[in-house]
Amino acid sequence: MSGQADDVYEALLAAHEGLTEAESVALNARLILILLNALSDPEMALVAICAARTGIIVKQ
Amino acid sequence: MGRYIHKRFTCPPPPELRGGRPRDYPVVIIGAGPVGLAAAIDLALHGVPSVVLDDSDRVSVGSRAICWAKRTLEIFDRLGIGERMVAKGVTWQVGRLFHGDREVYSFDLLPEAGHKMPAFINLQQYYVEEFLVERCADFPDLIDLRWNNKLVALEQRDGGVDVSVETPEGAYRLHANWLVACDGARSRTRALLGLDFTGRVFEERFLIADVEMKADFPSERWFWFEPLFHTGESALLHKQPDDIYRIDLQLGPDADPEEEKKPENVIPRIKAVVGDRPFELDWVSVYTFQCRRLDKFVHGSVIFAGDSAHIVSPFGARGGNGGIQDVDNLAWKLAAVVKGEADADLLNTYDEERIHGADENILNSARSTNFMTPKSATERVFRRAVLDLAASHVFARRMVNSGRLSAPCSLAGHLLQTPALSEDGVAPGQVCPDAPLTAPDGRSVFLANLVGQEFKLLVVGDVQLPVGIDLPFVQINANGYADQQGFAKARLGRDVVYLVRPDQHIAARFTAPAIEDVARALRRARGDAAVTAQVPA
Repeated sequence: MSGQADDVYEALLAAHEGLTEAESVALNARLILILLNALSDPEMALVAICAARTGIIVKQ
Repeated sequence: MGRYIHKRFTCPPPPELRGGRPRDYPVVIIGAGPVGLAAAIDLALHGVPSVVLDDSDRVSVGSRAICWAKRTLEIFDRLGIGERMVAKGVTWQVGRLFHGDREVYSFDLLPEAGHKMPAFINLQQYYVEEFLVERCADFPDLIDLRWNNKLVALEQRDGGVDVSVETPEGAYRLHANWLVACDGARSRTRALLGLDFTGRVFEERFLIADVEMKADFPSERWFWFEPLFHTGESALLHKQPDDIYRIDLQLGPDADPEEEKKPENVIPRIKAVVGDRPFELDWVSVYTFQCRRLDKFVHGSVIFAGDSAHIVSPFGARGGNGGIQDVDNLAWKLAAVVKGEADADLLNTYDEERIHGADENILNSARSTNFMTPKSATERVFRRAVLDLAASHVFARRMVNSGRLSAPCSLAGHLLQTPALSEDGVAPGQVCPDAPLTAPDGRSVFLANLVGQEFKLLVVGDVQLPVGIDLPFVQINANGYADQQGFAKARLGRDVVYLVRPDQHIAARFTAPAIEDVARALRRARGDAAVTAQVPA
């Protein structure tokens, strides 16, 4: 299981390879929108945004 | 300038200037714009007379409201000018969004058939006012239009308002039981009462121009983010009648309006939009936008409607459309109060329902303006992300915000509506949907023309109404109005009864109502507080 998490982490970093800082910022923004949309429940989007702001992830 | 000729209206001197003491009137309306004129006509349809005071003698000058939404057209149809507006206006329903020179996506606001009115028409405000003024002439004994009559002072006292008026022929006073202020964003009524708006002013400036030119642009709303042809953030193009195009160009926050309005500065900007086509500038102005409103719209005997009560940025076409929906909500209630059929408390529900409408319009207009004018580098990054994703991701298209176009307001959950007991059918508070029907005599009719103006029951199917119900009703079944294409059943449900308000909003929905169910819902819809108080929260 941690192997899978490592795969994801590596993919995230690899996605930024060769990009300028501005391009990375743009990619992150697109990724955030895509992920927010992928959540099945819009409420989860608001929870995630709140959590990111406080730096704490709470298990629902 | 331009091709529309502004007629100068005249009227006989008011009776107050021919001697005698100030007279009493049930209703005085300040402002003969679309909202004031619509209010006078709607009151007249209820048999209530009004005096309308306007400080000019012509219709709207310049480029102001253009886009009239389907719901507004249904209201204007009830008032008698809807078909005329559609005939003259430019009908549209498709919008296209561009980022730079790339089309991001397009949308269709009314993808289905079976409605009398189109999604939108574009029609200059001066035409709408011209048609309304002519319609007022159908009520010579009920509508007293007074041109060049300027409100200068007012004083509320028991049972009404004392109004002081100035005219070129002299000054006079009159007394109104009710004063309806339809005098716009810079309302003198509001100033005289010392009331102010709360809300937001945006700093961005927009240059708007009416341009006359022969061109073959399709009847679509075109909006650009970061257009290549203009250094500002956004541009908007609308087609109007008489070969007139309305162009909105976003200027930077530091733009100097006086400089920007100069033809030598405007013309190159327009040329960048329209290319080599010859054109004439019909109108130019520079605006900042605001999204604000009064705390309440009813102040004693003074009622505010339209821009005098609330103002919005124009993206989404919620200004003129919002004001006409105010009138739709207010007129039947004020008429009932004037005629002694309802308590003055009923007007509190105008506050309740239209403050809700105004807040919806303000929220949506503010969000659009925010999207169009990112305030920080981070906002700009996210907006760019939305635009980049929208070309290939459907979800991102929903986030692109160049204006959430005006839609009918739902009054679900407000006091006058009786909550429905089941889930099927249209929720109380929504506007009764339109549908094509065939009348018993074979004529093709629309449901929107069969309901409204007074409380009615709408019966879908063979439901038998209980004996003794004293309300007009419309029945959709084989013996009544036939639903040959099936739109009515699809939109309204089967074997269901609706209580429809004079403004065509649904007040209640029943399956097999007893006479007391209907009577109670009707009392509630007329503002009977005793009924509302009995219902558990």
